[in-house]
Amino acid sequence: MSQSTARYSVERATRASRVGAVVLLVIVAAIVAMPWWAGRADIRTVTEFLYILALAQMWNLLAGYGGLLSVGQQAYVGLGAYSIVVLSLKLGLNVFLAVPLAGLVAALVAVPTAAIVFRLRGAYFAVGTWVVAEIYQLFVANTASLGGGSGLSITNAVRGIPAFWREALTLWFAAAIGIGALVLVYLLLRSRFGLALTAVRDSEPASESLGVNVRDIKWVVYLASAFGCGLVGALIAITKLRLSPDAAFSMDWSVIMFFVVVIGGIGTIEGPIVGALVYFALREFLDGFGSWYLIVLGLAAILVMLTSPKGLWGWFAAKYDIRFFPVQRRLVLGDEAKESAS
Amino acid sequence: MIGWIDTIIQGLLLGGLYALFAAGLSLTFGIMRLINIGHGDLIVLAGYLGIVATDALGLNPFWSLVFVVPAMAVLGYGLQRVVLNRTLGTDILPPLLVTFGLSIILQNLLMQLFSADSRGLNAGPFETASIALPGGLAVGVFPVLIFVTAIAVIGGLQLVFSRTSLGRAFRAASDDRVTAELMGIDNRHIYGLAMAIALAIVGIAGVYLAIRTSIDPTVGPSRLLYAFEAVIIGGLGSLWGTLAGGMILGLAQSIGFRLDPGWGILTGHMAFLAVLVFRPNGLFPKTRDR
Repeated sequence: MSQSTARYSVERATRASRVGAVVLLVIVAAIVAMPWWAGRADIRTVTEFLYILALAQMWNLLAGYGGLLSVGQQAYVGLGAYSIVVLSLKLGLNVFLAVPLAGLVAALVAVPTAAIVFRLRGAYFAVGTWVVAEIYQLFVANTASLGGGSGLSITNAVRGIPAFWREALTLWFAAAIGIGALVLVYLLLRSRFGLALTAVRDSEPASESLGVNVRDIKWVVYLASAFGCGLVGALIAITKLRLSPDAAFSMDWSVIMFFVVVIGGIGTIEGPIVGALVYFALREFLDGFGSWYLIVLGLAAILVMLTSPKGLWGWFAAKYDIRFFPVQRRLVLGDEAKESAS
Repeated sequence: MIGWIDTIIQGLLLGGLYALFAAGLSLTFGIMRLINIGHGDLIVLAGYLGIVATDALGLNPFWSLVFVVPAMAVLGYGLQRVVLNRTLGTDILPPLLVTFGLSIILQNLLMQLFSADSRGLNAGPFETASIALPGGLAVGVFPVLIFVTAIAVIGGLQLVFSRTSLGRAFRAASDDRVTAELMGIDNRHIYGLAMAIALAIVGIAGVYLAIRTSIDPTVGPSRLLYAFEAVIIGGLGSLWGTLAGGMILGLAQSIGFRLDPGWGILTGHMAFLAVLVFRPNGLFPKTRDR
């Protein structure tokens, strides 16, 4: 027996993943040091890239791994943003201390929401989550103390923080959330929980029959995603400094999450990064052509879905067998095993 | 008291418009389990087609239906055959995403073509004409026409479903896709016809919407939500249920509007959620979501 076990090994890291880890560390260091070497416009772009990446990763976790096709994550972006209004503008808490609390608020609201929308499946779930997001938006728009339908400015909440530090802290928070989301999803998927999660995605009844608690898993994923979206919403509020229910709870957040994840590759960790890069490239390239970038993105997403449903990264990874964030276990045959097999 | 009776009547009549929004969605959702996220934007597209046709013809906007309805039907058949048929399967992500993309493309194309300004159709004095009812009440002629059209459309669909071979094919494809194919039904063609009928109704709904109120390229998604809510409240696969669903939604909205102008849409959504919580399959389901 001992002889046969020596013939193969189970590999969880690849050469690409070791290189990937080093590259990631270098990028993180470069981003953290950005306030001292980059211009303000670049810092803003990178900050936006990071929170788009975080949103995409949250939706990827939810839909790509958890199989929960929500069209209503803008609810938590909006709630996170408006938490800053309550916590910082009204209660005077430092905006950056309020960011994690905003994530908690979103997760808390997600508890009763999940209790209702989890009664729905498939298409019903998708549209149900959308309706819930509309309800939260209408509640905020009907609350006069939150600025009502026309919104309000939160400039007073950041008064006293120098512009340099405000931008630097926003960037660092965005980096923590964007890259944190990436690392978190990676570690989550490599754990026992990740196995259960992908099993649920592939077949609910089969995983349930093998003892996976489908309900608990969906709860965890939904609350985690709400928390992440809430954090991003709070950051968006701090960057924009002006909030309105229409913008904070905008369907555009879901549009971006959908397109970025699907174009990049749903159910892969690298996919949202690729998708976010494509999104930013298209937006910069078609800058000045109004909303044409959205039309091109929509066409690209449809084309990807119809021709290669695993997205750009899925296609690339399958063709060249490269994985920077491997979550699966791979069987590597030893020399003896290869010989006996041939 | 009269005020409340008026609110209830207006709400029920508004439900006629929602039923028109929803009839096409009910059809495609019932037959193909296709959730068309672009449904609301197609209604808006039909409205703009009506505006273009009316400008070109210089006639009463109702004449534009002669052009809009067939155009939408052809668009529907083509859309289903070329794009949407490729997305059907057990996974709901492809149809959801592709129609979502379609929605974004339509919204932004309309924005480029017609700008963000809201526009409408003018049907002349007919729009404001009303019939006096006993007790000092009055109902608008146009809302009544919308309601009657909704009943006619749904009655017609019901006849097609129960009396014709096409209807039999629709029901067969709805109940069991694979067996229907084995029995010699060309599902792709049947689905194309279903979408053609659905979008023909969308054509009527869009022109009516543009006459009733002004439209702009961003109003599509909320029309989709109303349509979807009407379908789900009524129950999957039940056309008369969809009419009832539209009326319940219209009633909930107009009661909300009367209580506080900011609450109308909110009470509609709440009514929808309440039905989902207590009757997850809707009030009058004929078939089940698989």
